[in-house]
Amino acid sequence: MQRVGVFICWCGTNISSTVNIEQVVAALENIPGVVYIKDYQYMCSEIGQNLVKDAIKEQNINRVVVASCSPRMHEATFRKAAAAAGLNPYLVEIANIREHCSWVHKDKEAATQKAISLTRAAVAKAILNEQLIPGEVGVEKRALVIGGGIAGIQTALDIAEAGYQVDLVEKTPSIGGKMAQLDKTFPTLDCSACILTPKMVDLALNSKINLYSYSEVTEVNGFVGNFEVTINQKARSIEMEKCTGCGICLAKCPAKKALSEFEEGLAKRAAIYTPFPQAVPNVPVIDRETCIKFVTGKCGLCAKLCPTGAIDYEQKDQIVNQKYGVIIVATGYDLINLDRFGEYQYLDHPDIITGLEFERLVNAAGPTGGKLVRPSDQKQPKKVVFIQCVGSRDKSERGKAYCSKICCMYTAKHAMLLRDKYPDCEAYVFYIDVRTAGKGFEEFQRRAVENYGVNYIKGMVGKIFPGDNQLQVNGVDALSGELLQLEADLVVLAAATQAKPEADEVARMLSISIDRDRFFTEAHPKLRPVETHCAGIYLAGACQGPKDIPETVAQASAAATKAIGVLSKNKLVNNPCVAKVEQAVCSGCLACIKICPYEAITEQVIEEKTRGKVRLRRVAEVNETLCQGCGGCTVACRPGAIDLKGFSNQQILAEVDAICR
Amino acid sequence: MNYSYYPGCTLKTKAQGLEACAFKSAQVLGVNLVEQEEWQCCGAVYPLAADEIGTKLASVRSLVAARTKGEKLVTLCAACHQVIKRVNHDMKTKEDMREKVNNYLQLKEDYQGESEVIHYLELLRDEVGFESLAKKVKVSLAGRKVAAYYGCLLLRPREIMDFDDPERPTILEKFLESLGASPVNYPYRTECCGGYLSIEREEVVEKMVNKIIDSALQQGAEEIVTACPLCKYNLENSSLCQKGEIVVSYFTELLAESLQVKEG
Repeated sequence: MQRVGVFICWCGTNISSTVNIEQVVAALENIPGVVYIKDYQYMCSEIGQNLVKDAIKEQNINRVVVASCSPRMHEATFRKAAAAAGLNPYLVEIANIREHCSWVHKDKEAATQKAISLTRAAVAKAILNEQLIPGEVGVEKRALVIGGGIAGIQTALDIAEAGYQVDLVEKTPSIGGKMAQLDKTFPTLDCSACILTPKMVDLALNSKINLYSYSEVTEVNGFVGNFEVTINQKARSIEMEKCTGCGICLAKCPAKKALSEFEEGLAKRAAIYTPFPQAVPNVPVIDRETCIKFVTGKCGLCAKLCPTGAIDYEQKDQIVNQKYGVIIVATGYDLINLDRFGEYQYLDHPDIITGLEFERLVNAAGPTGGKLVRPSDQKQPKKVVFIQCVGSRDKSERGKAYCSKICCMYTAKHAMLLRDKYPDCEAYVFYIDVRTAGKGFEEFQRRAVENYGVNYIKGMVGKIFPGDNQLQVNGVDALSGELLQLEADLVVLAAATQAKPEADEVARMLSISIDRDRFFTEAHPKLRPVETHCAGIYLAGACQGPKDIPETVAQASAAATKAIGVLSKNKLVNNPCVAKVEQAVCSGCLACIKICPYEAITEQVIEEKTRGKVRLRRVAEVNETLCQGCGGCTVACRPGAIDLKGFSNQQILAEVDAICR
Repeated sequence: MNYSYYPGCTLKTKAQGLEACAFKSAQVLGVNLVEQEEWQCCGAVYPLAADEIGTKLASVRSLVAARTKGEKLVTLCAACHQVIKRVNHDMKTKEDMREKVNNYLQLKEDYQGESEVIHYLELLRDEVGFESLAKKVKVSLAGRKVAAYYGCLLLRPREIMDFDDPERPTILEKFLESLGASPVNYPYRTECCGGYLSIEREEVVEKMVNKIIDSALQQGAEEIVTACPLCKYNLENSSLCQKGEIVVSYFTELLAESLQVKEG
């Protein structure tokens, strides 16, 4: 006879304010099999866990039901507690009366009835729970990092430092990401390239790290410890081993019409190019859309000039298949498209630029050699207006409801750099609020105001009217209520940050979730900030939400630590909740093979003795290491021969019965 | 194609040119505009009284008439378009108003915003198509530098009018291009002309319209087109226009000219 103990958690007032605990206790008392009921304020606390352990020992309970939060939150906690008291952990059942009940309902009476139903169902299932023993699987001691910005670079370096192999996949021809485009970094104003490029070189020279640049991950299968990944190395049209990076091809290429992505379209680049001189790897790629050889078939100058014969026009994309134990997603962010912000005239006037374009214009390695000039006439501006929150904190459909987090600081930086370099140039900043939480951040912004004489105006700009020679900026000073008209030479827009356009695709490929702004979702916003809901996949940097460099680097190292935690194990415990075929019932139709997404089911021929004769019969067989316990096959199985351990058909029906009773 | 057509008072008085050219052009384009019978004044300054239903009844009557005929309701005056489109939106979305209006009108079948209201420009863009319009042009307006002036009424509020991007519209420019003209881009093309301030505060309107015209002139415009009778009135009363610096016409006048149906 099963002896069920039920433990009902109040979760402080999270559950108890909407669910009448006393009523739940009373309703469970008469259920056959329930021999012990206990409620407590915080069942997950040490005292609460001890209540469970003691009851197992003292009340001889052999099935445990905890009515509390989502199993995602504390199933592991209570399984561990049960195991400590000598009970097989898979005999614990969770009834989710928080996320599925108290948090989503207001009517206390109805919520209480629902909590009773859910707990009753859990009891019915728990009675049928069986002891399960997890198996073990090996761990592929290799990490995959997707994205080669500062987040990916830091993660890769940290994992390699711990002694594990890392493959870094970067979509563009070079690693470096957005940080490589920046001029100075806040709040210390050290040069971005000076602190980034050494890390890029470290990465290139690290024998533990293998870099796939100009490559994309196209397919991901498997599970923690054993991900199977397909990487497409796009054809560079250059043989990497032969190229010495001498740069003759770049200089001589006659097709110099494409806009440089690295220079934010402020300069042209050749069809054969490296994004920037410090690129890693320092091997160019040929942009086949603008290369004369590829477009017309004529030219071929680079192949003639290349001293090592590295140019290969025939090169094809290459597919690499590799196994990984862990995956770190560090795919970064973009600025929003300003098409729909017509009032700022970004598309209509060259002297209205984004913050990232400003970075290039003041960068010594940028298109103007660090001389700040207006793109329209190459003249030095005398008055620059910065507009913050262009699309950030904007709930309308064209904007983003969130704060982009980095703009207050980089705008202060821009204004300061401007005033430092050109003291006769005035700087005005329109802002909604100045948000400078961060170590040394507030002091930094105050320096812009107090030492550098940057004029901060609380208010927004309604519209910019480009005139003959200047840009008339119409705004409001919200503190005085005064309408302002500033004649600016250059306007810098702090465009909102947003998730990468391909985020949805990446999320689908990895089976991780994205939020409504299409940033990847962490497993828990406070306690598991770098993990995803998919075991073995971690997040680093701005792909999870807007972030500055210090925060990105911190998160990247955190993600690396989590990854190392998995890589350092020789074996991982397997999920024992896998499918099982009752071969005596199996009709051999093999519909399950077709439906299994993990290729975990195979055909098997068994010998059977009937009436003294030996017969061969075809049946299905589950490979337990490959099975992920999705349960698809149990539904597809016509004779009902397949059960999911821990979620048998009988158990599910018992739950339904208990709810309907 | 048959369309119900709502003219409005101004088109029968001050803005006859806007209508006459629109009608003649429609014929050439194979569009049959049929003026609604017994249409009434749209109520003009509707937005000033959101909770008043009396001013909205005329629009609803026109909308119901279009529903009865199963036709789209085409407007030409920017102000009438704004009023009728917003009333229709309210009838679709505001239960309280829908109930009151239907209680009052006692129609056989309640009106719930089923009709579709389109402006003549939308008719050209979405029903005729600018590409097929371009093919029917007889006299190209090539070489003419025209500044399209939108005003406010066609564009805002964005969600309800659903006409074009209010900050960066393109419909008039594309229309002009289809006639062969060269549209001039200038930042004041969506700024307010001053509207009814011209009744009491002429000096304010004078400032506002001169900025618009100045900006168009600076960008090399030789003429201005608009879709709104009030915008045209205010622009034409400006000192710059009076001095003959620039001419203002309705977009339908250029349309009729290029289709060679303007005269007679």
